[in-house]
Amino acid sequence: MRYTQETGVIIEKREIAPGIFDVAVSLPVIAKAAHAGQFVNIICGDYLLRRPISICGFDPEKGTLRMVFEIRGKGTKWLAERETGDTLDVVGPLGHGFSLVDNTKKAVIIGGGIGTPPLLPIAKFYGGNATVITGFRTASAAILQEDFEAAGAKTILCTDDGSAGFHGFTTQALEKHLGNNECDIIYTCGPKVMMKGVARLAEARGIACQVSMEERMGCGVGACLCCVCGTKGKDGDAQFTRVCLNGPVFDSAEVDWDA
Amino acid sequence: MPDMSVNLCGVKLKNPVIAASGTFGYGMEFNEFYPVSRLGGVACKGTTLKERQGNPPPRIVETDGGILNSVGLQNPGVDRFISVYLPWLKKQGTAVIANIAGNTVEEYCEMAEKLSGTDVDIIELNISCPNVKHGGVSFGTSCESVAEVTSQVKLRSKKPVMVKLTPNVTSIGDIAKAAEDAGADALSLINTITGMRIDIKTRRPILRNNTGGLSGPAVFPVAVRMVREVYKRVNIPVVGMGGISKWEDAAEMMIAGACAVQVGTANFHDPFACVKIIEGLEEFAKSLGLSSITELTGTLKEW
Ligand SMILES: Cc1cc2nc3c(=O)[nH]c(=O)nc-3n(C[C@H](O)[C@H](O)[C@H](O)COP(=O)(O)OP(=O)(O)OC[C@H]3O[C@@H](n4cnc5c(N)ncnc54)[C@H](O)[C@@H]3O)c2cc1C
Ligand SMILES: Cc1cc2nc3c(=O)[nH]c(=O)nc-3n(C[C@H](O)[C@H](O)[C@H](O)COP(=O)(O)O)c2cc1C
Ligand code: FES
Repeated sequence: MRYTQETGVIIEKREIAPGIFDVAVSLPVIAKAAHAGQFVNIICGDYLLRRPISICGFDPEKGTLRMVFEIRGKGTKWLAERETGDTLDVVGPLGHGFSLVDNTKKAVIIGGGIGTPPLLPIAKFYGGNATVITGFRTASAAILQEDFEAAGAKTILCTDDGSAGFHGFTTQALEKHLGNNECDIIYTCGPKVMMKGVARLAEARGIACQVSMEERMGCGVGACLCCVCGTKGKDGDAQFTRVCLNGPVFDSAEVDWDA
Repeated sequence: MPDMSVNLCGVKLKNPVIAASGTFGYGMEFNEFYPVSRLGGVACKGTTLKERQGNPPPRIVETDGGILNSVGLQNPGVDRFISVYLPWLKKQGTAVIANIAGNTVEEYCEMAEKLSGTDVDIIELNISCPNVKHGGVSFGTSCESVAEVTSQVKLRSKKPVMVKLTPNVTSIGDIAKAAEDAGADALSLINTITGMRIDIKTRRPILRNNTGGLSGPAVFPVAVRMVREVYKRVNIPVVGMGGISKWEDAAEMMIAGACAVQVGTANFHDPFACVKIIEGLEEFAKSLGLSSITELTGTLKEW
């Protein structure tokens, strides 16, 4: 049985930026099986569809899963109203995650907004060989900088309004970084336009690039075909591929950004 | 212990709960939660003669008590269904229902012929898919075309044929009767009800296909009423579906006239929904002292 449905107790909850919450949930079975880039599907109150949330961290020993989420609508609002001691109905771990092979390689990790949390385990894997470029609307919305630093990674913070760090987009910071530094592999998660830009920069330099896609989901396990994104087939023709099963992480070259 | 098995047009199901087409793939994914052999049957994802890519995303949107989907029959085509997916599912030990959708009567017939040479237990004619431009639902909305496609497929099929009806019609009873008269071995209903959701900021439909099919608890009362109406009009078995999410719903559907039920959208909320419904129905039958679950079917006492 690859998938588990587990009821987990929230053991820690913090609001790390306005409207953004960091929770640790006791989910021993899922935490043991989890891999970087995978996600879980959570029941949010009376809403029919589960909400997909990425795995930001997992501790197989303690049996805990860490998730960071932002209030975006009614489901995530419900989730934000849960307190320590409350339980969550969680299915996971789901999807195909990031591939982490050789931590002596130089990795550049680009996160946009709430796309940043699933990238933390990658930084932990590469440690000092990772450079993490993250972008947020404004300084107060910036998250996880200390966590990336604690992992040993170099961090480059970007804000749209210039209130902290580099005033501009992550793609601009990435372009600058690639001009002066070695890079063997790129990982990215965030808004589609940002990932498309990152993928273009990577492809132009022949650097492998893994992107984590987002799409509305039904079953979350690969059975209903509701969550597809456009990909390029073997012979280059357009096809639709399940984000929940074949993704959320894809090789950027596979993705058809204009589908 | 009550006998949970039901006979659906000559095929013995170990219990009356079937996973609904399009919500359960070919069973492989849910088999990672529990053995799909627990189920009475699996209705496979709708299959077309040739591979189909389906509609662009977004393909799903939540609404109060339900969802709209516009998948648009993405599937690998009947040949790969037969060579890749069917052998695996058949090995699991549950009844296999192939769900087919064609653009023309001839396409339905060709698929039925190909499936006749396989281990498929029942062919479900999807004449009711609201998410494809040609065929699909258009076959299901007039008595003449329902009769035409049903009778032609019956001539070419060696398997029992179950016709899946769309609720998007004026009189589902008339359509059901037309299918029965044309030789259908069973009927299943309801498919999804066509709907739309709009993003008020962009004034665009949320689904890229503009419209989608409504399913889930919101459609349940409509489905119960339609199953009842059809049950009273025909003498062939009726398989009820639409919004079933707990065993009480399944019992209600059977009392209305269904000999078996299909469960779709509920699997998204609770991957164990089908198993819980089977267990709940069994307890219910036991508490009523039934010797067979079939004793429930059609026992409604109308006012
Ligand atoms: C693989 C994956 C991983 C994700 N990881 C995280 C994460 O770590 N942290 C985080 O804050 N968010 C994450 N998201 C986005 C998160 O799932 C949505 O913000 C959330 O579903 C919104 O639900 P809602 O009820 O608050 O919003 P509503 O707009 O009320 O939701 C309505 C429906 O649309 C769906 N929906 C709305 N927005 C999205 C979206 N962006 N992606 C997918 N479905 C959506 C909802 O699930 C729900 O079914 C992830 C999404 C995916 C697909
Ligand atoms: C995502 C999705 C895909 C579906 N695909 C098919 C299909 O391929 N063929 C078909 O006959 N019905 C299809 N259906 C309809 C279901 O089989 C069922 O008739 C309907 O959803 C009502 O049942 P429910 O409320 O239990 O889901 C689909 C439904 C959903 C939600
Ligand atoms: S959500 Fe059902 S296949 Fe991905």
